[in-house]
Amino acid sequence: MKPFDVLIISGGAVGSATARELSRYRLKIGVLEKNLDVCYETSGRNSGVVHGGFAYDSGTWKAKLCVEGNQGMDQLAKELGFSFKRCGKVLVGKSAEDRESLKRTMAQGEKNGATGLRLIEKEELNRLVPAAVGEFAMFSERSGILDPFIYTISLAENAAQNGVRYFFDNEVTAIEQKEDGYEVTTTQGTYHSRWVVNAAGLGCGKISDLLGIKGYRVIGSKGDYIILDRRTGDLLPMPVYPVPSNTYMGIHVTNTTDGNVIIGPNAENVTDFTYYGVPQENMDYLARSASDIWPCIKKGDYIRNYSGILPKWVDENGVIQDFKIEIRPEIAPNAVNLVGIESPGLTAAVPIGRQVVRMIQEYEKLEENADFNPVRKAIIRFEEQDDETKARLIKENPDYGEVVCRCEKVTKAEILEAIHNPLGVHTMTGIKYRTRSMMGRCQGGYCQMRVAKMIEDELGIPETEIRYARQNSWIFTGKVREE
Amino acid sequence: MEKRDVVIIGGGPAGLAAAAELHAKGIHDVLIVEREKTLGGILRQCIHDGFGLTRFGTTLSGPEYAERFIREVMDKGIPFIRNATVLNVSRDKVVTIASEDGLRKIQARAVILTMGCRERTRGALGIPGERPAGVFTAGVAQAYINLYNRMPGKEIVILGSGDIGMIMARRLTLEGAHVQAVFEIQPIPSGLPRNIEQCLNDYGIPLYLSHTITSIHGNERVTGVTISEVDDHLQPIPGTEKEYSCDTVILSVGLIPENELSIDAGISLDPRTRGAVVDEYFQTDQEGFFAAGNVLHVHDLVDFVSLEAEKLADGVAEYVKNGSLPECPVAVHTSPDINHTVPQKISGKQDVDLTMRVSKKLENCVIVVRQGDQVVAEKRMKKALPAEMIRIPVKKEMLTGNTEIEVSVLC
Repeated sequence: MKPFDVLIISGGAVGSATARELSRYRLKIGVLEKNLDVCYETSGRNSGVVHGGFAYDSGTWKAKLCVEGNQGMDQLAKELGFSFKRCGKVLVGKSAEDRESLKRTMAQGEKNGATGLRLIEKEELNRLVPAAVGEFAMFSERSGILDPFIYTISLAENAAQNGVRYFFDNEVTAIEQKEDGYEVTTTQGTYHSRWVVNAAGLGCGKISDLLGIKGYRVIGSKGDYIILDRRTGDLLPMPVYPVPSNTYMGIHVTNTTDGNVIIGPNAENVTDFTYYGVPQENMDYLARSASDIWPCIKKGDYIRNYSGILPKWVDENGVIQDFKIEIRPEIAPNAVNLVGIESPGLTAAVPIGRQVVRMIQEYEKLEENADFNPVRKAIIRFEEQDDETKARLIKENPDYGEVVCRCEKVTKAEILEAIHNPLGVHTMTGIKYRTRSMMGRCQGGYCQMRVAKMIEDELGIPETEIRYARQNSWIFTGKVREE
Repeated sequence: MEKRDVVIIGGGPAGLAAAAELHAKGIHDVLIVEREKTLGGILRQCIHDGFGLTRFGTTLSGPEYAERFIREVMDKGIPFIRNATVLNVSRDKVVTIASEDGLRKIQARAVILTMGCRERTRGALGIPGERPAGVFTAGVAQAYINLYNRMPGKEIVILGSGDIGMIMARRLTLEGAHVQAVFEIQPIPSGLPRNIEQCLNDYGIPLYLSHTITSIHGNERVTGVTISEVDDHLQPIPGTEKEYSCDTVILSVGLIPENELSIDAGISLDPRTRGAVVDEYFQTDQEGFFAAGNVLHVHDLVDFVSLEAEKLADGVAEYVKNGSLPECPVAVHTSPDINHTVPQKISGKQDVDLTMRVSKKLENCVIVVRQGDQVVAEKRMKKALPAEMIRIPVKKEMLTGNTEIEVSVLC
């Protein structure tokens, strides 16, 4: 294979946003992703909140890039076709101490460049979120929510449409400096590139070490979540948070762009970055804590739970540090090292990508790619259309008339489009993230058989090769009887 | 807009029986809307036998049982459409249907809700642990094996002693999988005694009562589960944990009536059944909307689904002919030992069957139906199990006025 100009390690939101920003220039770009899709780790496992930028120390990358990411989100959502709602959010308080703390948060936010922040009293809080409990609140009208799956996927798909090549199932095992760049070895083969970008998320410490930039201490902060039925969404028009600290947002309730509510996360330091289990006591704790600010949680509304892990760079005292965005020419020339990209990494992904471009530009002139197209065509969601549009869609393509997923009303046309996605992902969760099939209250009880069969039929892969999410997540041992 | 006397949502056992019976009563302007490629509903995947003893006096497989109704519907020329999903029913009974032929709207005089039920999932129960591949509800595993010819695993642990779970224990064993055990959190089985005998005991599959899964393991595919004993409050007892290695977890932990369309149509549900509140005509609190079968309350046997839907057809036929039905002002209440009754409201002017389930296992008891101080019906039972539906006929001669009815248990 011809050498790449830039190889990006990991295709999460930051890796894919960086790939997309770099694809604005005439460069041969590759993304090495260890999983079978782009949002299996931190990028897909979070609250899906677009942060305002007030909860970070002034002068940090976190503050600056978060504010920048927030400001650009409307335009980005329009270009890439992911769901984004600038619904605002409230941080509710009860005590005089809370009020002082919120005032400090607000002052910090204003210093950071966040706009639309104000303290509101109970009456206005009750009007904005009737079900929220608080004596007063800080209202951030510029905060919002997005669909973290489609957001990450759309960044990656648009990068791919602009020439970036994605290599899935490629976990980096070694990086060697060569005269003309790097030789990167993965579980699948060897790749050469002039530049390397470490966007490895949870793997950032390991990749940094492989680059020779040693000494970063990265801990995982694991947070568990519970997802509630879509019928609860009407009770939560915007996220409700407790009073935060500068390193932890606290257990909050968040509406999703699809009308569900998610509760969480707790924050537990972990060293195993592959364990996503949710213990009973954490579920109970989440429900209890969140009920203090939003007392609408009923076990009968649970539809799923999940967890995510944030990579946090900490100093020797365990104090959480800012994002590290660096080139260390004396150790690893032509390598951009991103360490500790945790929250607000989702909001800040594109500004981080732009910063990577600027840093590369300090070393070489990049030629613009006149063919770059920032627009990605989204899969049309049948359920969200009005009756007239629905009728027209079915007339144009009868597959829109076949509802495969009953809970989320996802049609055959949408699932077929997802199966033939630009990244070539064909796991069950890949189809789920792209369409919402299997995401509803019956959790695929009705549609998963149909989806598995469609993957087999459309792509001609045997049933034993169908994967749920990860490499060994097989679904069938084989046929019951030979056909 | 297209008009129909009756639109039936769902062509499973309830919808088919209602359609056939309506036809017999002279209501012919009917449309059955079925989302699958074939009529028959969940019976299509229930290839075991044991269906039809009550309704037909013979034992049939699920598809055979469905076939009798499908044939009747075909023979009578009752209109139906398949591959067609109802997207919405408005309060004024406009049914919006999507199919390959387009988006169709029908103004119905009466709507029959026969959508059946769905399975309770792992997420709804909040079973702790990781979320690997290999956790299936029993009905999904049944569909994979019986309809899709796909084997979902080899080393199996089953949670919940629901009937489908036990039937799948047998089915998986017959297909060469190894079913290690069935674990049930309750102190009594939730499925029928005959299934414990024929599906578990006959195959040497142990059933552990008062046990549950307290963690699922595996980052990719299931690698095992932690099982704990539970106390009287169904809480896991620390120190009783045992590890089982397996590649598959099958859940048979309950069924939930599928009432999303009903809720959107403004119909009130009974939190105990999670089905609509109905009167003795099976009419919901939204006039012209009727419900029967598993969408109304989860049944033990399909025979009773058919019988209930046939009974519903009486009321719907009368409603279509007269434009209204008599008032049902008499509420039926229950004591804590009775989980629920259907119907929840009666007229007091005609004979009615009350269908109910007990909340816990009871022995040597009498279920008593009272109106005020008056006992209007009773049923002696040597043993009453929550797994079995109980029917008590109430004669109209016994009923007076609009005084509320109370169903309770004497032991």
